[in-house]
Formats: sequence, C-alpha cells, structure tokens
Amino acid sequence: MNLTLKIWRQPDASSAGAMHTYQLADVSEDMSFLEMLDVLNEQLNAEGEEPIAFDSDCREGICGACGLMINGDAHGPEVTTTCQLHMRSFKDGETITIEPWRSEGFPVVKDLIVDRSAFDRIIQQGGYVSVNTGSAPEAHSVPVPKEDADRAFNVATCIGCGACVAACPNGSASLFMGAKITHLGLLPQGQPERDERVVNMVAQHDFEGFGGCTNIGACTAACPKEIPLDVISQLNKDLRTAIRHGH
Amino acid sequence: MKNARAARTTIALKLGMAVSGFIFIGFVLAHMYGNLKAFAGHDAFNDYAHHLRQIGEPMLPHEGVLWILRVGLIVSLVVHVYCAVVLWRRASHARGTKYVTKKNTGASRSSLTMRWGGLTILVFLVWHLLNFTIGKINPQGGATNDPYNLLVDTFDVWWLTLIYLVAMVALGLHLNHGVWSAAQTLGWTGNAAKRVRAKRLALALALIVSVGFSLVPLGVLAGIITK
Ligand code: HEM
Ligand code: SF4
Ligand code: FES
Repeated sequence: MNLTLKIWRQPDASSAGAMHTYQLADVSEDMSFLEMLDVLNEQLNAEGEEPIAFDSDCREGICGACGLMINGDAHGPEVTTTCQLHMRSFKDGETITIEPWRSEGFPVVKDLIVDRSAFDRIIQQGGYVSVNTGSAPEAHSVPVPKEDADRAFNVATCIGCGACVAACPNGSASLFMGAKITHLGLLPQGQPERDERVVNMVAQHDFEGFGGCTNIGACTAACPKEIPLDVISQLNKDLRTAIRHGH
Repeated sequence: MKNARAARTTIALKLGMAVSGFIFIGFVLAHMYGNLKAFAGHDAFNDYAHHLRQIGEPMLPHEGVLWILRVGLIVSLVVHVYCAVVLWRRASHARGTKYVTKKNTGASRSSLTMRWGGLTILVFLVWHLLNFTIGKINPQGGATNDPYNLLVDTFDVWWLTLIYLVAMVALGLHLNHGVWSAAQTLGWTGNAAKRVRAKRLALALALIVSVGFSLVPLGVLAGIITK
C-alpha cells in the first residue's frame, strides 16, 4: 500500500515544531505501525534527512513506551498499543496524521517522543505498599477474596502508556491514577497507606499540570488495557473518604 | 499543610460541582412542578405562587422560606460556577498545544457541551430572572403583578418561547451528562452495572426536566393555556 504521512517534527524541547508530509510506497499490510515508521526512517536516512524520533521498547504491548496520536486516536484506530497496531487497519492511499501526546505533563523531547516521567512522580507519591523486608510471610496468612484478586489483577495491567491523558479533552490522568488506587485499595497490603496514597497522588497529579476529570470517557476508549471507568469512581470515593478522615 | 491538601485537589472541586448540581436538580424538579400548575388554570397557578410565599408564616416572615431557598441556591450557583471556571482554565492549560487532528472516540455529545452548555444556562438564568422575578418584564406591556398572565403574555411572543426552548435543550444535555458525572464524582459507580444505571437515571431526569418545562410554553403556543 502507498501512504501519505503527516508527522510532527520538532528538533528539541525548546524549538518550535511543525507538521511535515512524507510519501511512503510499498508498505505491507502485515507490518506493525512502528515497522512502517522504521521503513520511513531508512528512506529518510538514504535521502540524508534526519530520521523521525519515536519511542518504543518491548514492541509487544507491555512496556507502554510507544504511544502516538494517530489520525486523532491515541494508539490509532484499534484498542491496542501502537506497536501492536498493524497496517491492515489502514487503507491504500490513506493520509495518516501522526502526533506526539499533547499534555502539559508530558513535554515533547523530540519529534514524537514525550517525557512521561510525571507518571513516575505520581507513582512515587503512593503507588506502592511499604513492607518490611526479610523472609516472605506465609501466603495463606492474608486471604484475599478471589473476586478482589481478579479485579486487582485486571486494573494492575495498566502499562503507564499515557493514552488516557492523550485522549482526554481535559488532559486528565484520572484513569491512570484510578487504576493504581483501585489495584492497591482492593488488597489488604494496600490498606495502611490508603488515605495518604490517594491524597498525595492526586496532589502530585494536579501539580504536574494534568487537568480535572469530567467523566467524558475518552480515556477508557483509548486505553490499550481496557481499564474501565469504575476506577475513577473508586479514586473519587477514596479521596472523599480521605477528606472525611481529615487529610 | 498536609492536613488541608485533600480539599485543595481537582477532585474536591468536582465534589463541589456535584453537590451544588444536585441542589439545582432538587430545585429544578420543584420549580417544574409549580410551572405545570399553569395547566390547572389562572387561579390554581397564582394561588400556588402566593402560597409559596406564605410557607412557615407566621413563624417566619413573608417569603421567609423562599429566601432561605434563594440564599441556598445563590451559594450553590457561586460554588458551581467557580469550580467550573477553575477546572475549565486548568483543562485548557493541561492541553496547551492542540492536536492537528483529534477525534473524541468514546465521548458523548452531552459530555463535550458541559461548559458552553452550562454558560448558555447561566445566560438564560439571568434573562429568566429579569423576565419573571426581579424585573418582571412584560413584553406585551400588560400587567406584571399577575404571575399567570405574565407567563401567558411572555410565551405568546414566538422568540421568547424559542429562547426558552433552546435553554431547555441545553439543560437537558447538561443533566444527561451531569447526573451521571456527579454519581461518578461521588464514587457511586464502582462497577459496570452501576454505571449503566447512573447513565439511565441521568437520561430519564434530563428528559423529565427538559420536556416538563417545555410543556408550559408549548401549551401556550397550542392555545391550551390562555388568559
Ligand atoms: C440549573 C442549572 C444547573 C444544573 C441543574 C447543573 C447540574 C450539574 C451537575 C449535576 C453536574 C455534575 C457534577 C459532576 O460532574 O460532578 C454539573 C456539572 C457541570 N456544570 Fe452544571 N448545572 C447547572 C448550571 C450550570 C451553569 C450555570 C454552569 C455555568 C458555567 C454549569 C457548568 C457545569 C460544568 C462545567 C460542569 C462540569 C462538567 C462535567 O462534569 O462534565 N452548570 N452540572
Ligand atoms: S490507564 Fe490505560 S491508557 Fe492510561 S496509562 Fe494505563 S494502560 Fe495507558
Ligand atoms: S513498545 Fe512496549 S508497549 Fe509498545
């Protein structure tokens, strides 16, 4: 297939960027989206032009590094990560617009690469449980109901890709925070730090410049791990509870 | 420092919007009930308006209860609009650079019109109060001290009916998203079934309120409500 690609180019964080148009011929339907960009970069290299910088690591949908805004959808038209998106999802002759995540909390580093370390700082504020090291306790001594364990596991699949922020018209990271709050809140080990966790994470979220949630639902539609909107309800409930406890 | 932080988050602002929003809903339902009295005729409607002002007398002064409600509503409006403005500004800043192409996959029409729709309701509210409560403007130049006649005179003017109906569409859209959003903000929708129920309740309330209020001007238009 032949494609017209409109791609955001920006030399570095402090320079202005712009959309550039490229033609790419003979793209196989079986290529992944990132392989298609690899081919484009080989072509640019051969022409002596600077290749397009984009992020990727695992290329198997588990690390969350590869997020791109493709034709106005975070990670493109399918419910998956950009690395797991294939060119068969596009038509021959199609024009594809590729942009970096746009968020105050995710500054552009170069071209399509953004700095998502704001997410790390939010996790550092409470996305953990404190346990004493030493020999592992007997696993059966703290029973967890099967239903809770399953749900905790499902929401723990968040890979921190940032698609929820990128898709949200408010640039809110509530789905990301809600996934962690729900995950740890369902487990006994998460209880001691529950109130501080939600307050500190939300305070860091706001400090990083992410917007407030208005429950639009674009986040969950874009999430490659299909984290449901329930987690935002849980996030709000935990914050309300923390206020009631005087935090 | 730490003790006060929870109340200073974006989620706390949303809680303010949700609580004030529910106060509005209570008011709007009661107001709608009163309006529908217009179908019972001149005297029933005016008696209702008159009795509203007498609730609690002589324990409370004339219009006492009404003023308590008014103060509550004014405070709610200030909270609701203040939080809306702060969150609107935050959101614009959070997406400082816009996308060249952006689809809002998964977002409903109502959810994307909350801010401009809310502003539409606010503008309408100012006009509405001038029309019926503070200013008592009778566009036909007739008497303004008779609530029923003022209502009929107003909705006999086609463009006033139109303004009113547009506002009811805006209110319906606002409630269709707002009621569900408030339930979510208050943490009541922790699973898929509860979410579906909240969205259905939101649609039902939106329809009841927007259709219920629209019946009165439409009744005047159809000649069912006359002087
Ligand atoms: C009778 C009038 C009104 C009613 C019944 C009402 C009701 C509600 C409710 C229930 C919510 C949901 C709160 C939440 O999401 O937690 C809401 C949200 C909102 N309202 Fe209102 N509201 C009214 C007037 C206004 C006005 C005058 C504005 C003016 C700016 C406004 C702007 C907003 C905004 C921006 C939101 C948040 C958007 C969102 O949650 O998606 N509203 N409203
Ligand atoms: S919630 Fe979903 S979209 Fe958001 S960071 Fe986690 S995996 Fe990505
Ligand atoms: S490269 Fe790891 S998720 Fe796409």
